[in-house]
Amino acid sequence: MSGATGSEKKTALYDKHVALGARMVPFAGYMMPLSYSGQLAEHSAVRDRVGIFDLSHMGEFMITGPGAIEAVDKLLTNRFTGSKPFQAVYSPMCLDSGGIIDDLIAYNLPDGVYLVVNASNIDKDARWIQEHLPAGVHFGNISDHTSLIAIQGPATLEFMTPIMDQPIAHMPTYTSVRAKVAGIEALVSRTGYTGEDGYELYVANAVAPELWDRLLELGQSHGLAPIGLAARDTLRFEMGYCLYGNDIDETTTPLEAGLAWTVKMDKADFVGRQALMEQDKSGIPRRLVGLRPEGDRAIPRQGNPLKIEDRQIGHVTSGTFAPSLGMGLGMGYVESALSRPRTRVTIDVRGKDVPAAVTVLPFYTYGSRPGRRKI
Amino acid sequence: MAAVRGAEKFKEGVLGMNTPAELKYTEEHEWVKLEGKEALVGITDYAQGELGDIVFVELPSEGKTVKQGEVFGTIEAVKTVSDLYAPVTGKVIAINTALVDHPEHINKSPYTDGWMIRIAVDNPGEMEKLLNADGYKTHVGGH
Repeated sequence: MSGATGSEKKTALYDKHVALGARMVPFAGYMMPLSYSGQLAEHSAVRDRVGIFDLSHMGEFMITGPGAIEAVDKLLTNRFTGSKPFQAVYSPMCLDSGGIIDDLIAYNLPDGVYLVVNASNIDKDARWIQEHLPAGVHFGNISDHTSLIAIQGPATLEFMTPIMDQPIAHMPTYTSVRAKVAGIEALVSRTGYTGEDGYELYVANAVAPELWDRLLELGQSHGLAPIGLAARDTLRFEMGYCLYGNDIDETTTPLEAGLAWTVKMDKADFVGRQALMEQDKSGIPRRLVGLRPEGDRAIPRQGNPLKIEDRQIGHVTSGTFAPSLGMGLGMGYVESALSRPRTRVTIDVRGKDVPAAVTVLPFYTYGSRPGRRKI
Repeated sequence: MAAVRGAEKFKEGVLGMNTPAELKYTEEHEWVKLEGKEALVGITDYAQGELGDIVFVELPSEGKTVKQGEVFGTIEAVKTVSDLYAPVTGKVIAINTALVDHPEHINKSPYTDGWMIRIAVDNPGEMEKLLNADGYKTHVGGH
């Protein structure tokens, strides 16, 4: 993490975070709340009750015009044509090489295709998409006018149902609806990055502070807590969700990253298809796996080498203490032959050899996210 | 504790931090309190804030000798890990075993319950090489 340069943007909720006593840090060109009451307390609040996040640093694009759906479909590895109105689709967007430019969510809205991209990739994605759109399909970057507030946690419905102007409990995950939340118009999407039930609310910047205040006030009796980026990272990590820049980037393919379910080889041609077909056929050289150190006091960290008998077989891409599991865990790429669960590897943690086992993702399987099997 | 979180230097963090005047400090964010010939050592309020929630601390065993400026342990926060540097030379005569089950003491009370080791100091003159509270505040404030 580098220091602030002073050129960072502020989200529409910046003053709210400061007033709440948040520790503000530069992240992807924005000053964002790292934590409010403490990372562990915030992590638990989302696992046990419900949390509210400002994710307004994320980028939003609107693609419009005849053929917008097909044009976007060509840029995504997942199938977007045939999606229902207001459906959301998670997908990598790849280079010709099959490397991942970004991972995003595409919404099929009546007024166009709405893309939600990682903050750190906004400029790069905007260039890439515009270069690939056919004549007549228009690109708009509405990131600077759009705020994103997420509500996540098992108590989400209990909190939100009474403050909505329409029912939302029946919504499957990865669907959205235009609705009023606490009296304020929003695009309400049943999505998230925590493994818990939850909704993401897209609103205009102008109404975001008012919505934030109303939600915090109405949520008080439900234990609603503001959650910073630090807890957001441990929540997503426990679910084995890839973080762009850590676990996936332009040098990794969706097949290597365990995202084969988002690659639809049988749909119409898409950018990266040829390379991904070839990789699928010739063999995927490495795979993203979970790593569980032996003993409960070693914490793998990003960049730690993975070894078998002094031969490096990969490296840790995300590593942290996992609060809900009470131990240090890692994610990382290993040669495919060594990617089977229970394969024993060594993690070089700051020069110390820590024995570890390859394990399946997600690490955490008790989340309230609908559709997830509880063990 | 070198390079804590890239040593983000936020004025609000610096102004809000607690830096007791009676302690001495290292540039690596340890504090030391001299009590006769013994020194109590921990990390500063600024450091715990930069690290975030602390989950494990690895400390030397009693009887081990630590040397001024050298690593005596490590501290693991949820998201980051950092070395601990001995502010003075001497023998470790006590360690705070409560930190095994309650590492959060370091976050909550860095100067009291969060102490880490007690050292029988070889040469109290070494204290002169350390920063006083104002010097430490200037150091983390980046003035």
